[in-house]
Amino acid sequence: MSGAVRAQLGDGRWHFQHGPIDCIVFAEGESGAAAECIDRAWLRFRGVLEELVAELPLLRLDLASPAGAAAAPAGPVARRMVAACRAHAAGGRFITAMAAVAGSVAEELIGAFAEPRIRRAYVNNGGDIALHLAPGASFEVGLFADPAHGLAGLPLDGRFAIDASSPVRGIATSGWRGRSFSLGIADVVTVLATSASRADAAATVIANAVDVDDPRIVRRPANAVRDDSDLGERLVTCAVPPMPDALVAQALGNGRRAAANEIAAGRIVAALLCLQGRAEACGANALHQEALP
Amino acid sequence: MSDTPESFAPRSDGQPVVLEHSRAPERMAADKVRCEACPVLCQISPGKLGACDRYGNVDGVLTRTDTLALVVKPGTDLVAWQAARDAGGWDGSLVADPPVFVSGIGSTTTYPDYKPAPFIVASKHEDVDMVTVVTEGIFSYCSFKVKIDTDRYLGPEQATVRHRGEAVGHVSTIEYGSQFLALGGVHHLTGGSKKEGRVACDMMMALGNREPVELQIEGGASVVVAADRAPIVDGVEEKRMRVGCGSATIGIFAPQWFGQADEVVVVDDHITGVLSEHQAGKFLDMVPSGIRLRGRKSTPGRYFQVANPGSGWGGTDITDPLSIVEGWDAKHGARPGLRMLMVSTTGEDSAWFVLDEQLVPRPAEMPAEVRRVVERIGENCEPSLCSVLYVAGAGGSLRAGVTDNPVRLTRSIKSLLVNVTCGGAPVYVWPGGGITVMVDVARMPAASFGSVPTPAIVSPIEFTMRLDDYRALGGHMDRVQRLEQVLASGAWRALEGAAGNPWPLDRLGGGGR
Repeated sequence: MSGAVRAQLGDGRWHFQHGPIDCIVFAEGESGAAAECIDRAWLRFRGVLEELVAELPLLRLDLASPAGAAAAPAGPVARRMVAACRAHAAGGRFITAMAAVAGSVAEELIGAFAEPRIRRAYVNNGGDIALHLAPGASFEVGLFADPAHGLAGLPLDGRFAIDASSPVRGIATSGWRGRSFSLGIADVVTVLATSASRADAAATVIANAVDVDDPRIVRRPANAVRDDSDLGERLVTCAVPPMPDALVAQALGNGRRAAANEIAAGRIVAALLCLQGRAEACGANALHQEALP
Repeated sequence: MSDTPESFAPRSDGQPVVLEHSRAPERMAADKVRCEACPVLCQISPGKLGACDRYGNVDGVLTRTDTLALVVKPGTDLVAWQAARDAGGWDGSLVADPPVFVSGIGSTTTYPDYKPAPFIVASKHEDVDMVTVVTEGIFSYCSFKVKIDTDRYLGPEQATVRHRGEAVGHVSTIEYGSQFLALGGVHHLTGGSKKEGRVACDMMMALGNREPVELQIEGGASVVVAADRAPIVDGVEEKRMRVGCGSATIGIFAPQWFGQADEVVVVDDHITGVLSEHQAGKFLDMVPSGIRLRGRKSTPGRYFQVANPGSGWGGTDITDPLSIVEGWDAKHGARPGLRMLMVSTTGEDSAWFVLDEQLVPRPAEMPAEVRRVVERIGENCEPSLCSVLYVAGAGGSLRAGVTDNPVRLTRSIKSLLVNVTCGGAPVYVWPGGGITVMVDVARMPAASFGSVPTPAIVSPIEFTMRLDDYRALGGHMDRVQRLEQVLASGAWRALEGAAGNPWPLDRLGGGGR
């Protein structure tokens, strides 16, 4: 069995990988501080997967079920996952803590950078990103609306800045094209929240809501696509054909309502929803946006 | 002499990696495979991928889809090579004289060890069928020998070397102009506290990957070490190695100064040399100069502690060389008109003096002949570097991934039938028992080293030999893949081999043993 591995990328960022977890880690700050913190994050990273695996049965419970409602895992990452997802189980809606796994791991690692010598840092765990910003610092974030064509070198579809004065410290993206399953048809739902775990859970929920009934959408039971999925027999989206404008608008409208709920509940700051070349921005005027799709 | 490519069984799926099933958990469906590559332990149905998207079940075989590093001959245009090969239409024969070599980097390892190594690859080289067995070994029995070019005092021999507070090695011997450290090793990896093992493992991985590592030596200096870079001792980067101590410098250059100067003082932090008193001056029958130097006289013409250590002349703290001259003694040879050169052991600092009527040294313009010798001192000072050599014992169970009779591999390596490389870089195989290899990490591809939580170091190792030799030593012939198949899988990335490395396949080519 192989353990966690890390490698430095040509541009100085680090790639941490263990089993299914891939994180890109960036930090800058006073001389030596970035390397020190990256080492600290690495030490933390090496134990994370085993911690999660140890409590995996608990983390795969439907939080709306009685067993799920009682679930109280011990690990700090697992506890963060449950905390981020619990609110979304209100009203009996199905969700497991796994909806926030990536963001919760990123958030755990960004803790290694919480010190004054670090100006900026991020941990990007497969698109779920935790940020550290010293006062006055900011990050430029780019967005591809169509991941099928989102390749380096292509023009970005959107771009916004997150500076230290904004409350945003987590960015997460969900959609049916990604590695994780979605119940909806959104190409991309990007959520900005005060933490990566909250952003991750909310992005999953909002992307699930971007949906319409249409027989041409290919949906298959999750456990038929991948073994051991926490989604069991729930239908996940496998292919979405080009759809008429009216259906696209209807699906985006459903997503927008879900996003507005999240903003109103104070769980997220903003959300960007993209579907077949159309986009909706919710709460985005809180940001310093240059261009949104 | 050799087999046709058809006579060994190629894998039908053309995929690069194959791990065997472990015994399936009792309730697992028969057609699933269990992946043991990470703690998730996915049970994967046919045609599916595991949670990581790196391993999948291809026709009941756990298959890796991640990339493997190929080492490419420096200067090779791989795209053009592939295009030319594809244009010719592959005739099914072994790839002849390929400019690529499958390295162990990213190859992963198999566990337990008796399973065949992840990649056993055949290619043709100078008309001989060659096979390279590629694996990434997990090494606890491994360490780094570090040579630091410096004359600065780093610490007492046998002193503990610490990294982030943990003991990770010790000070070894001093060889001329260089201090050796022994770092890492099984004693620190698994013999101490958990933290000691983790810190030692991180330090070793960084060192192997040519990253800077900060070390504190008990009772000595703090030093930053990185392969192929200048050492930084107590915050000061070493620039040049001195040509020798002051005494050695006198010994080397005495005949070149003879007749040009009446006295030469070579200023050095360790031993300052005085030509007229030194044995070298005596052999040239030089007249005493009557100079009186500060410091403690050792043997004739050699003085200890003329000043404190510092960043001035010759590693001392002086900036005015005359400050180490106490005076001149007319009774012992001091005389007006006496010409004296003062120079540091790197030639970076030098001055020319002539004694006046009162026997006071007066600065004067240095004659060109003397200047030339001063410049030669500088020319003989090489850049200070850290060299990092990785030492690992591969004589254990890793050999079972190569052959069912491991001692034959050991013997074949000793009799030079098998060429061992690490990431394509040449290694020195120690004499005696086992397969103990030593390799300069600067010749290995970047980021060759990894680690596992054991803690232990993961590093690439390849065994290259002729195909018939591989069969003779009990190789896993049914696992041999054509290089073509590995290339066709697409699951690889190219790294250019370090310039100057011998090509791994050349060492055995053309029947020349």
